Amino acid sequence: MTSQSAERLGLTPSQTIGPFLHIGLMWDDAPDVVPNDTTGAIWLRGHLYDGAGAPISDAMVETWQADPEGAFDHPDDPRSTARSHPFRAFGRCATGPDGEWAIHTLKPGSVPASNGATQAPHVDVSVFARGLLDRVVTRLYFDDEAEANASDPVLSTVPEHRRGTLTATRVEDGYRLDIRLQGKDETVFFDL
Amino acid sequence: MNEQNDSQALRLPSYERAAGVHPPLASPAYGSTALRAPQQPLVLLPQNLTEVTGPLLGAERVTAADSDLTRQHEGEAIGQRIIVRGRVLDSDGRAVPDTLVEIWQANAGGRYRHAIDQWPSPLDPNFTGVGRAMTDSEGRYEFTTIKPGAYPWKNHDNAWRPAHIHFSLFGRAFTQRLVTQMYFPDDPLFAHDPIFNSVPEPARPRLVSRFDLATTRPEWALTFVFDLVLRGSAATPFEDPQEDA
Ligand SMILES: [Fe+2]
Repeated sequence: MTSQSAERLGLTPSQTIGPFLHIGLMWDDAPDVVPNDTTGAIWLRGHLYDGAGAPISDAMVETWQADPEGAFDHPDDPRSTARSHPFRAFGRCATGPDGEWAIHTLKPGSVPASNGATQAPHVDVSVFARGLLDRVVTRLYFDDEAEANASDPVLSTVPEHRRGTLTATRVEDGYRLDIRLQGKDETVFFDL
Repeated sequence: MNEQNDSQALRLPSYERAAGVHPPLASPAYGSTALRAPQQPLVLLPQNLTEVTGPLLGAERVTAADSDLTRQHEGEAIGQRIIVRGRVLDSDGRAVPDTLVEIWQANAGGRYRHAIDQWPSPLDPNFTGVGRAMTDSEGRYEFTTIKPGAYPWKNHDNAWRPAHIHFSLFGRAFTQRLVTQMYFPDDPLFAHDPIFNSVPEPARPRLVSRFDLATTRPEWALTFVFDLVLRGSAATPFEDPQEDA
């Protein structure tokens, strides 16, 4: 729509990650956003299901999130500060035979939005799989943040009856959120 | 009006949205999409801090040996030795430096070193098919590997994937994350591959590497060049309401 368009380079299209992703992408420490002995660490876990309700055992889930102060160690976060503890902010996990993924991390803090609003604590989630020609992107929110969730500028754009698909449930060692690619209770996915 | 708000709060980069580039998730010719492609409309996610930042990692997990897939074992890998090189750029034409490039592929016979790949083609004990590299300050990467073979799959009768190498890239932001496949010029299987053909036609050639005689190494290896373009800055939107028509 602008005169710039013609001069831009064409984007490289996405292709499916395929069923053999494990040989290429599974680092030993892939699910460890924080080291094992980190105080206050939690597990984010869930199952991944297809449109027939069957577990998807050949997928990969990736997470990206703020630290407990709501900051990112990145040049484009003007508030970024040096950390005293290792925190990778990024997690990656292949789903197991039962479709389960698990990420070892710290709960993120609230994150400011550029319009002055405050976003509730959240984790951005990418799902890659055989049969997905492009990743799908969703978010994980926390069910014990009801007040922050109620005023979150992104959740508020999601139809109310579907918000539950983005809200993880507190369990003993962390939170659980199942992801459904299709069908009844299909997870909300975002156009990024 | 937005300018005032922005200057009071955070100034963040903004990435273009990719229209007409990526395959539609529901692509019926690729059977596995049937139960996996979401059916509800996507919800627009504004790009905020979580989306314009991303993992800047990799250097600590890559060694020089990771970019030569022919020499990761005691003996040399079997097959046509090739060099795969190129640049990682954004759509503004800027290099993406110091970013992790991960690749994986089948061997010369079209077989992956993976437990679920059991078709009757031999494994090569000297080939794993996995590489990692960091781009340099100008976004360049290079791998030495073996040209992968085509392989059969169960999508339809007598289905074969064209030879390809899987690529995974981070860029600098969550918005730039890309997983894709690189193909080789003039593959006769293109016309029969629903995964390649799921891409909108004008964008398909971007997935095909280019043979390059100039950087082909004499008496050693053929070179294929594959540049990857990640999302660049969003074009400045016109405020003219007619544009919304
Ligand atoms: Fe493949």
